[in-house]
Amino acid sequence: MDAFQWLYSDVVKDHFMNPRNVFDPDEAFVPDAEGIVGNVKCGDQMMFMLRLEGDVISDVRWKTYGCASAIASTSMLSEVVKGMDIRLAYNIKPEDIASRLGGLPDNKIHCSVLGDKALRAAIDSWLDKTGRPGLFKNEGAKVICTCLGINDRDIEEAVRGGARDWEGLQERTKVGTVCGGCRKVAEELLHEYVHIFA
Amino acid sequence: MDKRTVYLDYNATTPLRAEVKDAMITDLGVFANASSMHDAGRRARSRIEEARSAVAALVGAPDPQSIVFTSGGSESNNTVFATMFHAGRSGARRKIVTTAIEHPCVLNAAKWLESEGFPVIFLGVDGQGKIDMDALVREVDDTTLLVSVMAANNEIGTIQDIARISKLAHARGAFIHTDATQAAGKIPVDVEAWGVDYLTLSCHKIYGPKGVGALFIRKGVPVEPLIRGGHQEHGVRAGTYNNIGILGFGVAARLALSDLDRYVREMSTLRAKLHDGIVEAIPKVRVNGHPYDVLPNTLNVSFPGAEGESILLYLDLEGIEVSTGSACASGSLEPSHVLLATGIGPALAHGSIRFSLGRDTTGGDVAYVLEKLPPIIARLRKMSTVQA
Repeated sequence: MDAFQWLYSDVVKDHFMNPRNVFDPDEAFVPDAEGIVGNVKCGDQMMFMLRLEGDVISDVRWKTYGCASAIASTSMLSEVVKGMDIRLAYNIKPEDIASRLGGLPDNKIHCSVLGDKALRAAIDSWLDKTGRPGLFKNEGAKVICTCLGINDRDIEEAVRGGARDWEGLQERTKVGTVCGGCRKVAEELLHEYVHIFA
Repeated sequence: MDKRTVYLDYNATTPLRAEVKDAMITDLGVFANASSMHDAGRRARSRIEEARSAVAALVGAPDPQSIVFTSGGSESNNTVFATMFHAGRSGARRKIVTTAIEHPCVLNAAKWLESEGFPVIFLGVDGQGKIDMDALVREVDDTTLLVSVMAANNEIGTIQDIARISKLAHARGAFIHTDATQAAGKIPVDVEAWGVDYLTLSCHKIYGPKGVGALFIRKGVPVEPLIRGGHQEHGVRAGTYNNIGILGFGVAARLALSDLDRYVREMSTLRAKLHDGIVEAIPKVRVNGHPYDVLPNTLNVSFPGAEGESILLYLDLEGIEVSTGSACASGSLEPSHVLLATGIGPALAHGSIRFSLGRDTTGGDVAYVLEKLPPIIARLRKMSTVQA
């Protein structure tokens, strides 16, 4: 198993071999809210299903089409958010998941980005359902990068945080790192926000 | 079955064959510079010439001097494209016709020529990986300098009709090159029957050492050295001879030729067993490549609903070593360019696994894979957001 270790950490390997909270079609799990992001075309897709008691995530299931780190990062995220208030869960960063996994190869980070996006989509759907569209949801936010579910607000935030060019924006958001189809639109937005904020 | 290691990635590289290894160890003392005039140098040189004859025989080349030793397939391919750069940079005949499914070293060498202003055509392939012959006939014209088509594909194993492609190229006055890296030692390779001007070989795909390759260059066709220096290889490829590597190549080539019939028979049987077992045990699979014009050791299968890197790593945990066309495993953003060229779409390309069998593969190994693979696919499909 030595060869496996250079590729992924022991924690990743453990979650890959024994994924937690994975949805079993044979069990009766009825979610209160669910969210799905990603695109099979790009090689990764994730779905989060939440059971909620008030605004606390009481139980969670997920499904994924993706690589080992996609499986492991979603599994890890599902453990982290159980029992968590949606306000906290909403703010989990991809870096948090990656570090709990003992690190991920650079080119794999976008997989854990997907996990948190799927979770946010599920939380947004719950907020919608409970008539609170304005609480966390990026109202009017427009998805730019469909592979990773990155919207115009994410790009705005990245520019406010210092992104000034395409490389800088990708470093912060991973926008356009999968199929690259959104680059033109994302670059236009980038220039717009740089003009406004820089 | 008890856990075992099953290496099914022989198209990536092969282990050093025992006979080759023994011969190389015995010859480790052949140290002299094969260009030296003294006795030790002449003896080293004569051993290299023996190896050259064995490599020439493997590809049916009547004149051993048409074989030039290189550092491997990538160097051989690059030598051809560098030659075309010199041959075509002034003059009207400078069009390059190649295919979309070539190895990256041909694709990138062709793209380099394109960036230098050469017109380059990447021919498409059909759903089974055969090149579009109508397009070839259309594209090869009186301005075509080179047609370069691989003999057999590394990922899906599809074999091209090189003899026919050669005729079409020559009819329009173009040179013809084939990358036979994957074909040599697996199917008959014959530079005379095929009529090619240049043919690329790699040693480590035929159970020889890494770092050695060869380029067949038909007498009278142009050649420009990629590496300039001394007068080795008639000035075509400078650099002191890699004695031990070349001697190993000679032994590997001799054995590949004498074993070829048995190899084809054994690989075909094992491949059929693996193919039938997968198709029977796993619903909704797609076998990629040509149904019969295919390398006897190569089986490429897509498993809809399951992602290739996950399949690969679950198999790896069971000791089974394969490769995938998924982007996730390559570290790039795109899945296999070969599978995309066959038109199966990114989802099936991401879920593809290449099983490439070899001399050490046994019926027990295939049975082991057939035991371990179906539950892995079932498990991944069960947790998948995508319907198989």
